[in-house]
Amino acid sequence: MVDTSGSRTNPLAQGQGMTRRQAWGIVVLVVAAVFIWMVFTQWPDWLNAILISKKAFLSAILNGLTLAGLYFLVASGFTLVFGLMRNVNLAHGSLYLLGAYIGYEFAEWTGYWLIGVAAGFLVLAVVGLVMQILVFRRLEGDDLRQTLVTIGISVVAADLMLAYWGGTTYQILTPGWLSGAIKLPVVTAVRSNGTEVFLVYPFYRLIVLLSAIVIGIGLWLLINRTRIGAMIRAGVDDRDMLAASGVNVHFVFAIVFALGAGLAGLAGVVGGSALSVAPGEDVRYLLASLVVVIVGGMGSITGAAIGALIIGLAEQIGLVYFPTYGVVLTFVIMVVTLAIRPQGIMGRSQ
Amino acid sequence: MTDVTLDPAVRRRQSRNWLEKAGIGHILLAFFLLIYPAMASDFFLTQIGGYSLVLGMIALSLMLLAGYGGMVSLAQITVAGAAGYVVAIFGENNSGVYGFGWPWWIYGPLAIMIASLMSAVIGWIAVRTEGIYTIMITLAVATACFYFAQQNYALFNGFPGYNGLRAPDAFGLNWRDPVPFYYLCLANAVVAYVAVLYGARSTFGLTLQAVRDNQRRMRAIGFNVTAHKVFAWWLAGLIAGAAGILLVWFNGRISPGTIAVGPSINILVIAIIGGLRHPIGPFLGAVIVVLMQTFAIDIVGAERFNTLIGLVFLVIVFISPDGILGLWERFKPQEGRDSWRSFKKAPNTDGNQGRNA
Repeated sequence: MVDTSGSRTNPLAQGQGMTRRQAWGIVVLVVAAVFIWMVFTQWPDWLNAILISKKAFLSAILNGLTLAGLYFLVASGFTLVFGLMRNVNLAHGSLYLLGAYIGYEFAEWTGYWLIGVAAGFLVLAVVGLVMQILVFRRLEGDDLRQTLVTIGISVVAADLMLAYWGGTTYQILTPGWLSGAIKLPVVTAVRSNGTEVFLVYPFYRLIVLLSAIVIGIGLWLLINRTRIGAMIRAGVDDRDMLAASGVNVHFVFAIVFALGAGLAGLAGVVGGSALSVAPGEDVRYLLASLVVVIVGGMGSITGAAIGALIIGLAEQIGLVYFPTYGVVLTFVIMVVTLAIRPQGIMGRSQ
Repeated sequence: MTDVTLDPAVRRRQSRNWLEKAGIGHILLAFFLLIYPAMASDFFLTQIGGYSLVLGMIALSLMLLAGYGGMVSLAQITVAGAAGYVVAIFGENNSGVYGFGWPWWIYGPLAIMIASLMSAVIGWIAVRTEGIYTIMITLAVATACFYFAQQNYALFNGFPGYNGLRAPDAFGLNWRDPVPFYYLCLANAVVAYVAVLYGARSTFGLTLQAVRDNQRRMRAIGFNVTAHKVFAWWLAGLIAGAAGILLVWFNGRISPGTIAVGPSINILVIAIIGGLRHPIGPFLGAVIVVLMQTFAIDIVGAERFNTLIGLVFLVIVFISPDGILGLWERFKPQEGRDSWRSFKKAPNTDGNQGRNA
């Protein structure tokens, strides 16, 4: 049903000097070169006039990258679950928020932030497991009803969380060794007396970005290099054949669902430490996961990473350069992707 | 009160006069709805009657898309909200922003037109993909619209939105009063209901149901599948837009809260609880949800209403995929029950109207 012509290179174009891949490579190189020049050079006035200031621009980029990391953590679980089970888990935002609350409680109780992070992952993994076994297994093969059930769960969960934790905003405190800001070796301006002003950025946010990258690589290795990963990939391609070849599909489903929910919980704790925990965040991160996955392509970890990068950057750049229209930018990206490539950037047509 | 209308035997007798054609259930229902103001207090008339009809209309636009087109949309309240914002901007409001004070017979059609066009655009985006993606895309659109309306003060007046929107005085009647407002809602709802019921048996309606059942085959036969789907979205937008105007007149205000994710899910809940197999379902669901909303305070307290409605919704989805209508069908002896959940896979389980037309 979906147009696949976009995913193939035009055979006629080959042999005529440059393939499409090479052309894209050159474009990417040029963009990267311009970007590196922008990061390390002293900005001329006209550039400052267009982009407000180098500091604003670089902060927006860094914030965008951090947010992209967070979005990737949330959306990777969403996309894994969808890819394997065709189950659009619209309660994914609720899992994020629940993880954040659980992480907050454990961090307060034990005094160790890392225990909060671990608890966020583990508790939510168990919750995901229970959801899979009690709910989704009963509705297997019925996509629409599964989705409706997740909507119902998200309504109930949001209300119960509001009842228990109230409408107040929580902040998960990061430990001392993660707090504070660090200077980056990037000069944003030179004062009149010749001293250079370096870009200062919160250390914790860099850690968020770093952990997202580490988890992303870990997930990629898990999917592409392990036996269970092979089962998951096989399940994404053809669930029935996987079951027919003797694999316990329910076991694979349960693992993936637990992993996806756990990642949402982990993202909740990590994101709740960087930003804040409040009712309504569930919807925000659900929207983020939806858009990231629609743009990046369903069921693909790489797609989730690319989508998160695009959406995170667009959101933060939009916030700086066109405030109040930032959401529209995200939306336009989604529409353009759907118009050009309905299955998403890395998605495969069915 | 509505169950009798579902009897397919009623619809088989199409060659009879209009009285028999309409069916005894419809006539009883119409009679009840017409004399309802005589029995009900103002509260029951507006807060229950009028509000149910308005919500039922919005849910009807969803039923039209989901039941006949196989496209479950979460953006119907967004479309209704678009009409509401048009009313606020071009009509009169108390917020001191815009409020051009145009007469109702200009801004009304304008609101419906803009809402239906918006619906068509959302539909055009959503039909790029199919099946379960539609839910995701429409949810993303609805959420994005909500955040945009909340952040944007230039056009939407941001978080507070617009206040003081009132139904106009026209034809010597004050349409804000309970009885005229109830009949206004009723008239609109009846027009929408009859249009959907009739439209489902029209050539277009049958084509749409065929597309729902087997898109590939329809495309192969030579139908423009995308155009049919987008047109269905446009029609749904007309209904949702009209309901949106009534909704802002009912509430007296429109704010981003009106088009938030909660209300948009609420519309889906109404449609699912009622049932997506027949246009009466959404209205049935709306009455149930509005009654629960009103009287849940006595059962679980006002704060925990969402838990109650969420649990009811879960139970309905689990035990009866066809909602209340499905429950009725289950206990009513009849051959070949079709369920809306099988519309994607089984081409032989046609829509309820398609079989009889």
